[in-house]
Order: sequence, then structure tokens, then C-alpha cells
Amino acid sequence: MKKTFGGPAIFLDRSDINTDEIIPAKYLTEVTKEALKPYILEDLKLEGFDPKGEVLKNARVLVARENFGCGSSREHAPWVFEVNGIHTIIAQSYARIFRQNTFNGGMLAIELPQADIDRLFALGKDGAVEITVDLEGQTLKARADGSEENFSFDISPFDKALVQAGGWVDFADARY
Amino acid sequence: MGKTIAEKIFTAHLRDEPFPGTYVLDLDRVLCHEITTPVAIADLEARGKDRVFDNTKIKAVIDHVTPAKDSKTALQGKMLRDWAHRHAIKDFFDVGHNGVCHALFPEKGYIRPGFTVIMGDSHTCTHGAFGAFAAGVGTTDLEVGILKGVCAFRKPKTIRINLTGTLAPGVYAKDVILYVIGQIGVNGATDRVIEFRGNIVDEMSMEARMTLSNMAIEAGGTSGICLPDMTTVEYLWPFIQNDYPSKEAACEDFRRWHSDEDAVYEKVLDFDVSKLEPMVTYGYKPDCVKAVAEMAGARVDQVYIGTCTNGRIEDLRVAAAVLKGKKIAEHVRGIVSPATPKIFKDALHEGIIDIFMDAGFCVTNPTCGACLGMSNGVLAEGEVCASTSNRNFNGRMGKGGMVHLMSPATAAATAIAGVIADARKF
Repeated sequence: MKKTFGGPAIFLDRSDINTDEIIPAKYLTEVTKEALKPYILEDLKLEGFDPKGEVLKNARVLVARENFGCGSSREHAPWVFEVNGIHTIIAQSYARIFRQNTFNGGMLAIELPQADIDRLFALGKDGAVEITVDLEGQTLKARADGSEENFSFDISPFDKALVQAGGWVDFADARY
Repeated sequence: MGKTIAEKIFTAHLRDEPFPGTYVLDLDRVLCHEITTPVAIADLEARGKDRVFDNTKIKAVIDHVTPAKDSKTALQGKMLRDWAHRHAIKDFFDVGHNGVCHALFPEKGYIRPGFTVIMGDSHTCTHGAFGAFAAGVGTTDLEVGILKGVCAFRKPKTIRINLTGTLAPGVYAKDVILYVIGQIGVNGATDRVIEFRGNIVDEMSMEARMTLSNMAIEAGGTSGICLPDMTTVEYLWPFIQNDYPSKEAACEDFRRWHSDEDAVYEKVLDFDVSKLEPMVTYGYKPDCVKAVAEMAGARVDQVYIGTCTNGRIEDLRVAAAVLKGKKIAEHVRGIVSPATPKIFKDALHEGIIDIFMDAGFCVTNPTCGACLGMSNGVLAEGEVCASTSNRNFNGRMGKGGMVHLMSPATAAATAIAGVIADARKF
């Protein structure tokens, strides 16, 4: 089923945030996505970040730096975002498996150049940021306290088709 | 224009190109373990599509937590076991027969040059040592692989890494790959295939090549491929002897997968490793690498020898040669996990298990074990482990724990000294 994108953003100002930080291996004993919900980003050590805080709880978009989601192939990483209502991730770059897992689940892993990521972080410094996503037009709008920034993004036609199909299983099932 | 090995494999397996730049490949192997497969099974059941595309091409093992440690891991094992039985997946390995997936599946002869291989495990790139395109994937890719026998990839760009020179005594494949990752960074090969070339690779055993390929993902690589040669043939011979009149004929056949002379690489990197020393990681990323000499003296609480990187018989032999007749430091907990039952038995018969036990090591059954902190050998807050595994992320082996990656020789020397130590001095 197609997901909805955009909403309040949380900013994680670090590169190489890995899958063990997103969802520690000890929780991989779960066999449902929903069971992962309380453990989101539990092992991420980052100044000012509280995995149990309201900002993360309210977030629908996550913004980070380079090589987001490196490490394990565990799809539990995008799932833990999904079950917490975060369907949009924006970063300068991704580890391949994490990026594909995100699109395979019908979610968005948007890649922006460093200058755009810097603009987003700058906006985030001034307070709460609300992001709206126009997937068809491949544009983003970020609003914070009177300021507004606009971005455009590239997405491969395949990944876009996966998001529109609601994920890779539905896409593949219809085609192969 | 010539093709790389990855491009040749892609061409030979292309099922569909739904969009320019997206290649849907037919799969020769879909490998499964009990951590990432059960959700795929549950989803297939929920969709009313509890089917498998080919039960001879699917291989499954319970390896991450085995024997089960609690009700949850027992359920994961049960889900995989029931599914394997339901679909008559003959090559399913359970307690008593199971071992670490990336050691067990090659040992059973399941991987061949030119194959396409996926598994819900990032270190699936290990199988590239055989000249296969092998990639770690998530559960959804695995699910589609199980159901349809296909997986989608972007066209591979290849980084060719030439490893040349002479490896000094006491320096191993693990030191080479740690050095390479230190040079190119944890993001240095993202979305790229690494092709390992040069006389150093040519002279390596299959075990050593698997160590190289295993850690391609730690530089972000989709796969880490070595070209198949007589070493590959020798390893696979028990499984292919009926397919070829001679080893030379097999070797000649495998050559069709070799990258062409005029293949185009995105980048070619040359590393002369003649002066390379034993290496060790010092931080929370696999590219935080130093010479052991620079880290010597750093205290450790636990030494872990095993895993898909370095739990093979060659690794245990090297470690045992260092440990023979010695005791590990009193404050150190030594744990060794032979990666497969065959490796365990070989180690037993060669007297290697005796050496480990006499030195004070705990010998576990074949399992992924301590490597990812979800089974035995978990660290307490603030503890440090010297490990032959492949990943040193913060908390990887237990919350608040620190992992230093190193070769089996360095790990053995470190166990004896109780601090990070150079095996060449033992």
C-alpha cells in the first residue's frame, strides 16, 4: 500500500550512522515489525539526541549526513522507522542495502547534495522544521518559523516505481 | 569494449531491465538464515504465496543463535525449519549440522564461478571469492528471491584493487583487507563491486580470498570478487569432478568469467603490500585502522576467534601455532568458535582444539556467536574484545563494548599477552 510522506523532521548531525545504532542486534529475535517500535535508534550516541524524546516521537522525516544505514543488511533498520511513522529519510548518501531496503518497503530514501543537506541543517537549527514531499514533481519544501527552503531531488525511475507500487514484493509479483 | 567479471555475470543472468539502469537478474542461489528469513516467510504466508521458486537453489541454515537461547530464537528456528520441511528444501542445516553461513555454504560446494547469489546478510559478499556476484540484501529482496528467483541491482561500477608484492611472514589476508578499508574508507566502494586482483590474490588460498571478499561490505561494496583459477578449481573439485574431464578443463571453463583485458573500471587502485605490518582497528568504524605496533599494550577483556571472516581451519591453525604450549592471560576470556562442524572436526583431529583448551580458551559450537552481540560472548559495558570478526561498531558485541578487529594470529598473541600484541614476537 502506498505510504504518505513528509511531516516534522528530526536532524541527526552525523555521517556513517550504522544499522547497529538504528536497531541493535539483540532485538533481531523479533519476528514482527511492530515489536521493534520501542527500540528505535537506541544505541545512537549523539549530543542532544534522546531516543525516547518527544522530537523523535513526533518526527515523520529523518535528516542525516553521509553513508546513512551502513553495516548490516537487516531490514529491521527501515522497519523500525516505518513502525514509528517515519517514512521519509533524507541524507547526503546511503549504504546500498539500507537504501534499497527502504525503497523495497515503499518508503523514501532521498539523496541530496551536501549544499542542500547543509541548508536543511541550518534551517533545523532555528527550530522545528516541517517537510512536505512532492514525489511526482520530485521536490521538497522545508518550513521553519517563517523561513522556507525549496529543494529538488533525483530518484531512479525504478525506486520511484517501487514507492508508487507500495514496495518491491507487489511490483515483482505483478511482473515476474 | 571489454567487460568486467561483474558485467559478464549480469549479462548472463539478465531477466529484465524494467527501467534504464535497473537490472533484474535470475538467481542461482538464494541463501537463508533464521534471523532475516522468518519475516519473509511470514509475509509470503500472509499474502497467500507460501511458495519457493526452486527448492534446489535455496539453501538454509540456522547459524546466528544456535542452539536457540530463548523462546524467541526458538520460534525463529522453528519458522525456518518448518518452512524448509514444507517446501522440501533438502539443503537445510540444523543443530548438529549447522555452521556460519558464509563458511558452510562454500564448504558444501554450493557456490560456483559466474553464479548470482543473494542472502539476507551483509557479508554475503564473501562468496565473491569464487568469482560469483554475491550480494547481501534485506528481507524484502530475499522474499522476492524466494518467490520469484530474481533480484534487482543497479549496473555495477567496478573498482579494481591490485594487490602486489610479497606478504611478510606473520601478515595475513585480514591485515591486507583492514589496510585496504583503511585506505578507501567505509564509504569508499558504496554501490561498487570491488575486483581483487594481483599476485597477492593469485597466491592466496580460497580461505584467505574469502576473508578479503567478506569485508568488501565494510567499504560499502556490493560484492568483492576474485577471479576463478586453479585454486578455485582445487577447492571445488570434489563437487565438480563429474562435470569436467580434468581440473585443467574446469579451469579453462571458469576463465570465461575473467574480466576482459580491455574491461573498463571506474577506478584502479594499486597497493604494494610488501611493507604491510599486522593491522588492527582502534575505533568504531572498520576504516579506523592502525599497525598493531601502534596499538600494542592496549588491554583487552575478551578474545574472540571465529566468525565468517576468520573462523576457518586455516585461521584456527594460525592461531593455534601461536597458542601452542602457552596460556592466555588470567584476566582474558578466550572464546573460539570453529565456523562449521567440519572445521570443528578437522581442528579436533589435528589437535588444535586441545591447544586452544590447554591455553584456556572456551570452545563453542559452530555459530555466529559473539560477533553481533545477540548470542553468547556478549560484552559488558566498558569491556574490550580483540576479535577476528569484521565489524567494530559501537555496541556491536554488546552495549557499551568496544571491538578491535585483527587477524587470528594477532588475536592469539593478544590473548596470551592480555593486551594487544604482535604475534611475530611470540
